[in-house]
Parts: sequence; C-alpha cells; structure tokens
Amino acid sequence: MEFLVASAIGVLTAVGLYLVLRFRSFPVILGISMLSYAVNVFLFATGRLAVDMPPVLSEGVTAYTDPLPQALVLTAIVISFGMTAVVVLLALGAYLSARTDAVDIGLDDQEADT
Amino acid sequence: MNHWIIAPVVLPALMAAVIVLAMRHHQGLQRIFSLGACFALVAIAIGLFVESASGRIGVYELGNWPAPFGIVLVLDRLSALMVLITSVLALVVVLYAIGSDWDARGHHFHALFQFQLMGICGAFLTGDAFNLFVFFEVLLIASYGLMIHGGGGRRFRAGLQYVLYNLLGSTLFLFALGTLYAVTGTLNMADLAVRVAELPANDTALLRVGAMLLLLVFAIKAALLPLHFWLPETYAEAPAPVAALFAIMTKVGAYAILRMYTLVFGPDAAVTGELTGPWFLAAALVTLGVGMIGVLGASKLGRLAAFSAIGSMGTLLIAISVFTPETTQAALYYMIHSTIAGAMMFLVVDLVRERRGAVGDALVPAPAMAQHGLLAALFFGAAIASAGMPPLSGFIGKLLILDAVRGSEHVWLIWSVILATTLVAVLGFAQAGSKVFWKTTNPEEPSAAAGEDDPAPTPAVTMPRLPLVATGALLAASVLLSVFAGPVNGFLSATADQLYNSEIYVSGVLGAR
Repeated sequence: MEFLVASAIGVLTAVGLYLVLRFRSFPVILGISMLSYAVNVFLFATGRLAVDMPPVLSEGVTAYTDPLPQALVLTAIVISFGMTAVVVLLALGAYLSARTDAVDIGLDDQEADT
Repeated sequence: MNHWIIAPVVLPALMAAVIVLAMRHHQGLQRIFSLGACFALVAIAIGLFVESASGRIGVYELGNWPAPFGIVLVLDRLSALMVLITSVLALVVVLYAIGSDWDARGHHFHALFQFQLMGICGAFLTGDAFNLFVFFEVLLIASYGLMIHGGGGRRFRAGLQYVLYNLLGSTLFLFALGTLYAVTGTLNMADLAVRVAELPANDTALLRVGAMLLLLVFAIKAALLPLHFWLPETYAEAPAPVAALFAIMTKVGAYAILRMYTLVFGPDAAVTGELTGPWFLAAALVTLGVGMIGVLGASKLGRLAAFSAIGSMGTLLIAISVFTPETTQAALYYMIHSTIAGAMMFLVVDLVRERRGAVGDALVPAPAMAQHGLLAALFFGAAIASAGMPPLSGFIGKLLILDAVRGSEHVWLIWSVILATTLVAVLGFAQAGSKVFWKTTNPEEPSAAAGEDDPAPTPAVTMPRLPLVATGALLAASVLLSVFAGPVNGFLSATADQLYNSEIYVSGVLGAR
C-alpha cells in the first residue's frame, strides 16, 4: 500500500515536471494538472495511510483516520480546479492574440513587438 | 474578542461581490464604492495599528473554535503595520487608476482590485499556515485577472508565464505544508512553533525538508534569485496601477519569511536554526546585484522599474537574512520605503508612457512631452528614493541596514555589495533619466521611432491631474517617512522585539481562552 501510493506520487510528479518543461502552453497545463494530482495524493497520505477506518472520533472508537488531511485535500482540489480553468482561458487568450503557444518569451519576440 | 481584526478581510470581500453583482455596468458607481472601501480600509487599518501598538496580541477565532483546532487571525505589531501599508498603497493606486482611466480599459478592475486587497490583508493577518496558502491563492487569482487587465498579446503572454510560475509555486507550497503536517500534526503557526521546539534532535530530516520547501515558496514570491524570472516581464507588462499594487506582493513573500523563520523555525530553534544559513544571504546579495545591473542595462523604463524592484527586494532580503532584532528593524523600515518607492517608480513610468505616444517607455530621444519639467522632477524623486540617495527615505533605510549588519561576520561583503550596487543604480537611473528628459528631439522633426503620424504633445490642460496627485502623494509619503524616521523606528524596534520573543505570540494565541 505505502509503496503503491509513494510510487504513484513519484510517477505523477515526474510526468508533470517533464510536461512543464515542454514550454508549450497545452503540455504545460497538463503537466501542472499532473503535479496538482500528485500533491493531492501526497496531502492525503500525510495523515498516515489508514484503510477502512472512520474519519471522526466517537465513543468506543480506538482506531481512526486523521480527518484534517481530507479537508486540506478538498480545499486543494477546489483551488487547483479553479486555477486550471483560469489558466486554460488565459492560454487560449494568449494564443488567439499572439498566434503562438510558446510559453517562454525570447529575444526575437521582444524585438518583433517593439 | 475584537471583531475589527477580520474587517480588513471581510470589507474588500463584500465590496468586491457588491461591485461585480450590483454595479457591473456602472463605471461611476464602481469608482465611488471602490474608493470609499479604500478609505474605510485605511481607517480600519489605522485603528488596528493603534491597538497593536499596545503590544498585546489580538486573536480572532473564526467560528469561535479555540486556537489549535480552528483557524485564527492574529493581530500583532507586524501584521498591523503590513495591513496599514497595504491600505495606504491601495488608496493611492485606486486614485491613480481612476484618474488615468486605467480602470475603464477592461472589465471588473475594481472588483478584482478588492479581491486582491482581501487576499493581501488575509495573508498578513492569518495565524494558520494552510490559511496562508488559501489567502495566497486568493491574492494570486485576483492578480491574474488584474495582470491581463486591458488585454494585448504581449501582456497575455507575460500573464500566462506569471500564472504558470505561480501555479508551480502553489504546488510546492502544498508539498511543504503536507510535509510539515506529517511531521508535527498541526498547521497553526503558534502550535507549530511549540511542536517544532519539542521534536527530538535526531528526528528532524523531514522537518528540514518541509522548512526548506517553504522557504523556496516564499522566495519565489519575494523574487529571490534564482527564482525571480517571473518578475521583470510581469511587472513591465502589467497595467501601471496593478504593477504599483504588486509592489506590496513581493513584500508578502518577505513578510512570510520573516514570520515563519522567527516564529516557527526561529534562529534559536536547535533543529532548524542553521537552515537559513549563509546561502540565503548569498542569494540576496546576488539578487541585489542582478537587480541593479538590470537597472543599468534596461532598454525600456518599464523594465528599469521592474529591475529596481528586484534590487530593492535584494536589499530587503539581505537585512532579513541576518535574523537579529536590529537588522529586522532596519529591514522593516526598508520594506515600508521600498513599497512606496517601487509603486512611485511604476506610476511615474506610466505617466511618461502615456504622454510620449508611440515612443512609449523606450529609452530613446523623443519630442518633449506635456508637463515635461514636472514629470522630470517626479522621476528624479522616484530615482533618488529607489537608489537610496539623501534626502528621501531610501537613504535612511540603507543607512539603517548598513549600521545594523555591523555585528555580522559577513559585514564587509554586505557593505561592499550594497554600496557598489547603489553606485550602479545611480548610474542606471541617471542614464535613463537623461535619455528621456534631457535628450529631447525637436517636435517639428519627429524621430524615426516616433513615426510620421505621431501627434504633437498634448497641451497640459487636457492631462488629468489626479494621477499626478496620486504620484505626488507617494513622494510626500517618502519625505514624511524620512522626517518621522525617529518615531517610526521606535515602533519598528518594538515590532522586532515582539517578533524575536516568540513566546508572547504563542501564549497570546494558544492561551487566549
């Protein structure tokens, strides 16, 4: 279980970093989504991996899973969802107005604009 | 429980919602409400500032949940000071935006502006590390909208870069918070401070990783080299009032470093004390160098202002990186100064850009513009303040820093870098100023860059006065900061003492009930 979760986080992070380094807006956005999935799983695991346990304390329960990381993950998911929507629209705007999807702004771009 | 503590967060949040829902098609109403909200925010900030001066830690428990379980907002001297700077800057910026019609060049300027204020004030007030992340996201998502306000291909591309860079930063922030939570089991800053101090010394590898990741995140926000790449393009392309407001955004990073690394990972904490060792100082020194060399080498006034912002962050982070009460006091003074000076520089650059027509802010000779002498004087003032020459507050700020680092083992290195870069900055500003304001071409023979259809300079009467007033107000603020340097430093000295006596903060938050 630990190995599975850890390697999943590792693979997602590696894929995300690779895609971010492609410097084209669509792969970069995919890469950032991958990274946010990785961090969500990571946050989930920070309260220790506990399977099949209730997330709250109640009378007579001795084994339970930490509820706080679940709340954190929920917040992180909502925020990353909103951010992804913003960045997709922004990338579309940048592509439509500048006719290029390159993320980095090179020296030749600067001369062309001035 | 003092309910005013949450007012700097709630007021802009409500105002933004009202503006976007009830008056989205009424530019005039938007302006009135936005300006009114900024005035109210200044009044609230002054009230909180006066209250914090008593030295008591004000705690606001959200939902009335006691401290380590619920989220708390904490008002101490530092957070009250930062909220006050933010509110004053916001008032000036909104005046400038209204006067220069920047707010009418796209939709929802005022709503986004208020959301941004909410995020900034929240980040300064919160006492919970995860809540800090949430407020960071609030201020970032508003800044994404403000950054591309007015549109244009170039600005969109710079904005995309800015957003992507900050999304990566946010991911890193979550990894850091997850690591810290896994080790300590809490995210309340006061509780973190207690738990970190209690950790056994041989079990701190993960904690160090988390602390380091967190420092990287704040370094991205504070534009510490080599994580500064997002700044020059963003600040140079952002609309001028937005760039001026962004002068406080880099300070959010500096504030977070100051808060976390005095309270939680304090210099005397055995496990993490040496983390922020000499490399942090080295990075800050290089940041200062690169910023000031960028000022010298900039081909446009916008980029010049952006690099001078990097340089001032370098100076500020040098003072922060030494972590003694004296240097922190000097750093805080410089932080107030550099917010004012940075914002003033961006506004002056925009005034010049608006008046020069097609030439824009390029550093090439052009016909004399309207109100030439007045603008030259304002640029001169902004340049003096940014470079740190007397009589404006930059001089006192740098002097305080130089004096405060005398006890440090790297004193000669710090002195030589700060003094040498000041010289470079003076050269850079002088070169840019003389190209723009002295080497004017004859209006009858427009230069090649200006093109044939370049209109003659507009007469002074048609130029709106309000932007000049707003810029002048910042200049006056810088003068006042030098005149009242004594009382200001008295307060800042008490602020630094409060920061380094972290048990006051901890007992204030955890012992509130």
